[in-house]
Amino acid sequence: MFEYAPAPESVRPRIRDHYGLFIDGKFVDAADGSTFKSVNPADESTLFTVAEAGEADVAAAVEAARRAHESVWGSMSGAERGKYLFRIARLLQERAREFAVAESIDNGKPIKETRDFDVPTAAQHFFYHAGWADKLAYAVPGGPEPRPLGVVGQIIPWNFPLLMLSWKVAPALACGNTVVLKPAETTPLTALMFAELCREADLPPGVVNILPGAGATGEALVHSPVDKIAFTGSTAVGRSIAKAVAGSSKRLTLELGGKAANIVYDDAPIDQAVEGIVNGIFFNQGHVCCAGSRLLVQESIAEDVLARLKERVATLRLGDPLDKNTDIGAVNSAAQLKRIADLTATGEAEGAEVWQPECALPERGFWFRPTVFTGVQQSMRIAREEIFGPVLSVLTFRTPDEAIAKANNTPYGLSAGIWTEQGSKILWTAERLRAGVVWANTFNQFDAASPFGGVKESGYGREGGRQGLEAYLDV
Amino acid sequence: MGSMLSGAEAVSLVRALPGVDAVGLEARAAGLGTRSIKKESKAQAIDLAIAMIDLTTLEGADTPGKVRSLCAKALRPEGDAPPVAAVCVYPAMAATAAEAVAGSDVKVASVATGFPAGQVPLDVRLADTEAAVVAGADEIDMVINRGAFLAGDLERVFEEIKAVKAACGEARLKVILETGELASYDNVRRASHLAMHAGADFIKTSTGKVGVNATLPVTLLMMQAVRDFRAATGTQVGVKPAGGIRTTKDAIKYLVCVNEVLGDDWLSPHWFRFGASSLLNDLLMQRRKLTTGHYSGSDYVTVD
Repeated sequence: MFEYAPAPESVRPRIRDHYGLFIDGKFVDAADGSTFKSVNPADESTLFTVAEAGEADVAAAVEAARRAHESVWGSMSGAERGKYLFRIARLLQERAREFAVAESIDNGKPIKETRDFDVPTAAQHFFYHAGWADKLAYAVPGGPEPRPLGVVGQIIPWNFPLLMLSWKVAPALACGNTVVLKPAETTPLTALMFAELCREADLPPGVVNILPGAGATGEALVHSPVDKIAFTGSTAVGRSIAKAVAGSSKRLTLELGGKAANIVYDDAPIDQAVEGIVNGIFFNQGHVCCAGSRLLVQESIAEDVLARLKERVATLRLGDPLDKNTDIGAVNSAAQLKRIADLTATGEAEGAEVWQPECALPERGFWFRPTVFTGVQQSMRIAREEIFGPVLSVLTFRTPDEAIAKANNTPYGLSAGIWTEQGSKILWTAERLRAGVVWANTFNQFDAASPFGGVKESGYGREGGRQGLEAYLDV
Repeated sequence: MGSMLSGAEAVSLVRALPGVDAVGLEARAAGLGTRSIKKESKAQAIDLAIAMIDLTTLEGADTPGKVRSLCAKALRPEGDAPPVAAVCVYPAMAATAAEAVAGSDVKVASVATGFPAGQVPLDVRLADTEAAVVAGADEIDMVINRGAFLAGDLERVFEEIKAVKAACGEARLKVILETGELASYDNVRRASHLAMHAGADFIKTSTGKVGVNATLPVTLLMMQAVRDFRAATGTQVGVKPAGGIRTTKDAIKYLVCVNEVLGDDWLSPHWFRFGASSLLNDLLMQRRKLTTGHYSGSDYVTVD
């Protein structure tokens, strides 16, 4: 037996006991004094308290952002804005380990992922958009010089707190907008550390404002006099935001839920397909909007693929998010854990066969075993609803047409995966899939230069790449 | 042991193997390479790696004296460190090595079949093999006919391996695929299965004599091949990466792969080997560092 000794990450970031709202370059408490707690999902301990922004705070932040836009940021040359963004990117790289550990502690995701994915990809987003800041005319060729929109309200989810912040803040700032950003109520830490980093970068006050809070704060932001709302989160909340801004001049981009099909043909590179299936659904505990939560595997190889998949899933290491060898961390919150457990229970009740590897769960904290459902039918809730957890539904198909029909039979359309060694089959399939992002022989790959976004109920607008800039420009 | 299949049957099975996606394979190997092995698990890994070494000298300048000193180190690397698995030498040195390790558990492995290029007639390769066995080799490291493989004559490669296996008698046969010359991961997978169907007891990456020797992705792929082969046939085959593995850190990455891809069944010197020469010294220095806290340096370990 070759057991791995605990390998905890030794760096510990300085986490304050209390954080304020970040408005106009200063940390302040909420006007009504409200606060809430942030909890470590791996042990349920309280990490810190943080001010909760109310309507008055939202108004103050939007005013500060408006002043900053009119007095300094909107009229600054692109080259100068680019310098600030490069500085932020470099500072993020220098602090990468601190941010990675903080993200793991506040979110529950493994340090392996925050260290190798979240933080480097966030820094890359700032570097990428820093480069665009003085080249915006080339982003939207053929028209007049594009102009910033003004003040942007941004609401981000808890699954990739720092990365989603960078997806929102970097393009907005590069295009000359100022921002008021609300991090998710369970994961405000790295956004607040980012606010400290903005101060260190000498970013003019008011250009970035961070307002921790829950749904009410977000609602206040949506109704405030901003020029645009950018939201990433659930389809239900996205729908209510769309209603709220309808008929106003506010622009809106939405990146919502998904129920992605990961299609494995019988001529797939089988070991890599198994890796792709695992990465597709168990990356970040399955808290990924584009997760490959529906495996569609061709009937002739289904038995072989499932055997290999189970063998592989059994090697996943679940536990302390700060252990460098942990593959599956904690579920972000008690509420999310309950949702995952409830939906999983419906799968069993509706007749699907459930499989989980033997693995011990820590006593405290929010944990869920990697789960594979076989014998899943298209009509079951676990095949239709977004679970947002480490739960895979396996369906089979006989013909490529059947694969397409099943893959597209969902209100969502964020992402999809195709596994085959045949290039022509990749193209044939990708042409027919209704999804914003289609991966071929890989899954969950992201790059600042590559636009990301959905169709149907998965939202509209793109983030990243040249296409993502248009969402923050008046063209 | 050995396959009941004809050459044609083996070749058709090999040609029907699923493809390998290079990007995905390399990403998986890199992922396994990030495992952090510390403290007691590192100590355990170091001793296991030492016990899995085929301590090798394959130089034109090898002398009986050099081989004897290699064998002495193989038997007692240092202090309470375990002996290595085997010494690996040219056929001309096999008798010297056999005499030096006689009475111990350390095996004598001899390269044969016109190592490293294999560009000699088959009867010469077979005679080379028989001579090494007669000289006392417990294990034969043969090279495959890469020319025939790349030309598509898989059946010839199969028959040649089978013939060498027969010439080995009781000796275990390690089949060197020379993956650095096979041009693609798909070919590595095909060659692995072909060698196993032909009777290989071990599949080995490299001779150490070409530009690209063992890499983690190639070795991972060969581990997947032996895993699949056992699942299909019930026969377990060993894996030996060789060439270019010089540091403890690298060796531990390979052990992590064995652990997570193949599991306990392969975590022994009987089923996994490192073909290496300088690796042993780094393992010994890291071993000392775990007990003393200091990393000594090359003057504190023996040159051979």
